[in-house]
Amino acid sequence: MADSLKNKASIVGIGTTPFTKNSGVSELSLACQAVRAAIDEAGLKPSDVDGLVTFLLDSSDEIEVARSTGIGDLTFFSQVNYGGGAAVGLIHQAAMAIATGSAKYVVVYRAMNGRSGHRMGQGVSGQVVTSDLIHWSWYTPFGLLTPASWIAMSAQRYMHEYGATRDHLATVALTQRDHAQANPNATTRGRTLSREEYFSARMVSRPLGLYDCCQETDGGCALVITSPERARDLASKPAQIRAVSQASFEGQEQMTSFYRPDIARLPEMEMAARAVYTQAGLGPEDIDAACLYDAFTIEVLMQLESFGFCGVGEAKDFIVDGALTLGGRLPNNTHGGLLSEGYIHGLNNIAEGVRLVRGTSCNQPERADHVLVSSGVGVPTGAMILGCAE
Amino acid sequence: MDPDLTELEGRLQQFIGRTIGPPVVARDCVTEAAIRQFCDVIGDRNPAYRDAESAVETRHAGVVAPPAMMQSWVLDGPPREGIEKARTEQDRLYDLLSEYGYTSALGTSSEEHYERYLRPGDKVSAETVIESVTGPKKTGLGEGWFITTRTTFRDNADAVVGWIEFRVLKFAPKQSVARESEQPATRDPERPSRIKPPMARDNAWWWQAVEKGRLPIQRCAQCGQLRHPPRPMCDACGSVEFDSIDACGRGSVHSFTVVEHPQFPGYEYPIIVVLIDLAEGERIVSNLIDCAPDDCRIGMPVEVVFETGEDGMVLPLFRPAEASS
Repeated sequence: MADSLKNKASIVGIGTTPFTKNSGVSELSLACQAVRAAIDEAGLKPSDVDGLVTFLLDSSDEIEVARSTGIGDLTFFSQVNYGGGAAVGLIHQAAMAIATGSAKYVVVYRAMNGRSGHRMGQGVSGQVVTSDLIHWSWYTPFGLLTPASWIAMSAQRYMHEYGATRDHLATVALTQRDHAQANPNATTRGRTLSREEYFSARMVSRPLGLYDCCQETDGGCALVITSPERARDLASKPAQIRAVSQASFEGQEQMTSFYRPDIARLPEMEMAARAVYTQAGLGPEDIDAACLYDAFTIEVLMQLESFGFCGVGEAKDFIVDGALTLGGRLPNNTHGGLLSEGYIHGLNNIAEGVRLVRGTSCNQPERADHVLVSSGVGVPTGAMILGCAE
Repeated sequence: MDPDLTELEGRLQQFIGRTIGPPVVARDCVTEAAIRQFCDVIGDRNPAYRDAESAVETRHAGVVAPPAMMQSWVLDGPPREGIEKARTEQDRLYDLLSEYGYTSALGTSSEEHYERYLRPGDKVSAETVIESVTGPKKTGLGEGWFITTRTTFRDNADAVVGWIEFRVLKFAPKQSVARESEQPATRDPERPSRIKPPMARDNAWWWQAVEKGRLPIQRCAQCGQLRHPPRPMCDACGSVEFDSIDACGRGSVHSFTVVEHPQFPGYEYPIIVVLIDLAEGERIVSNLIDCAPDDCRIGMPVEVVFETGEDGMVLPLFRPAEASS
């Protein structure tokens, strides 16, 4: 079972819209543009596509996208829950559909007016009494309303236990901002960030400040997944899925898993790490580059430990000598990531993983045979490893 | 007497007995079509108003207009672009009172008197006189002046067909601060409150206990395991039966964040949100009060305190405590 999805599917097309602060169009329009762009890039016709997967949070349903893009008939469609944790889940769904023959070409997408429309940072509220709403209600009366405040609780404890400081968080922020300067589609291109600016910016939810938080972004992103056999006949160099897994760990809550003994670690991410390494037959030493989910800087530090790039509590030492930069041990989020390219809920990080394997990143490292991509931190999540076609 | 008030009274006196402007002449004669439309709208089925044949049989010997239509014949049409409505003495009277702080108006009574039925072909005119201005009177809405006007309606031959006496209270609305001081227990409904939990089967019992000043921890009735936040089934033994124990209210800060941005209505910032290790072993999220944000530390001892917000909701909050032995 462990290797059942190994090399069973490939990513063969990437489509993105411009990433902006005000798209001026509907989220459905963004979704359709991204999906069409991905199909075109793969060298396919819309009618070739028979599967669509998106986020449960996405406002554009599969059938609306299918109608508007000319995809037409669908044999597989699905939506994945838990915010940014869904990103890898989409690939997981698609890979399963391809491996089982439920679909031949699956497009996964996420499109959002994340700045001009509904803003993630604007807190939770709701009318219908669901288990999810009851969950949030243990926090809303106390003002714990936003993603930054939820992750800050773990961040404070992590920094307390291991001596990491905001200086280490700044290193993550600055590294990725540097990467974004070479990316034409990054929302922060042309806006470099200095350590002084990082420290003089306002606090959001201590210990996290403005530049510890990702970019609210309008934009869409889509990827085409098919079998390795079909991938050989297509235009672009495919990125083969070596391993993909979802992970939700005991005691899991959405962003508030505060009741586990140790809140300074990410057990669901450690679980995803075990799954993908086992599935791919690889270890952290085989990973050349990564796109670690980065809605907040602290998440990168914590994941370096989850995925075994360093020991628990050692991320602060791992990153000091430029380990996350282009020439470093683990070039990370070479496009700028959610922090500096844009926040398309992590699907844009998977797109960069594909580019790295293709060799077409705006910051292409010397070696990118195996690229690790993770999705949302603090939520039910997942991870994947991409490699070249075998 | 207040000199301002004396001056106002003097100026108000000058309006009494004046016509507010030239008579208003109806734009159209009374017609059967207009009568029928009026009756359709208000649902009046009287054949004397709507049916020429039946009306002949009535004592009117033909169609007449419902008396209540009297004022409608002289009403202005909708405002037309480029045509400024002439200002009347009534407008000037209202302006004068507004100038003195009596800014709001409320119609308080209207009395109508009819001399005869109007018939198709009649053309109505109306003249309004300011009959009296009395005050200042203290009312439930605030201090104000009652203005009484009488509008007399005439036909083509200048014979009176009816009149309307209309009374308006022009008043200074009571300040909302005054209202708050009179009713300290009542909260301004416009003021937003924090986001409250929905009360449902799995959580309402917990908040109800908090309201009584208790800090309950859910306990499995079968295996005795504690769990917080409350959930409907014990993950250890599968039992859906539970009771609760009351936490002693002491604990220590396991982690915290100081929330500064964004700021939502109903909350006061910065907020120290704390994750507390309760003495009983469970954890709970709450706020730390009576502590400066910079003084909050992981590991500091805290104790519960129950606070009732101005929205009436009781919350278990925590404050710094002496280290327990």
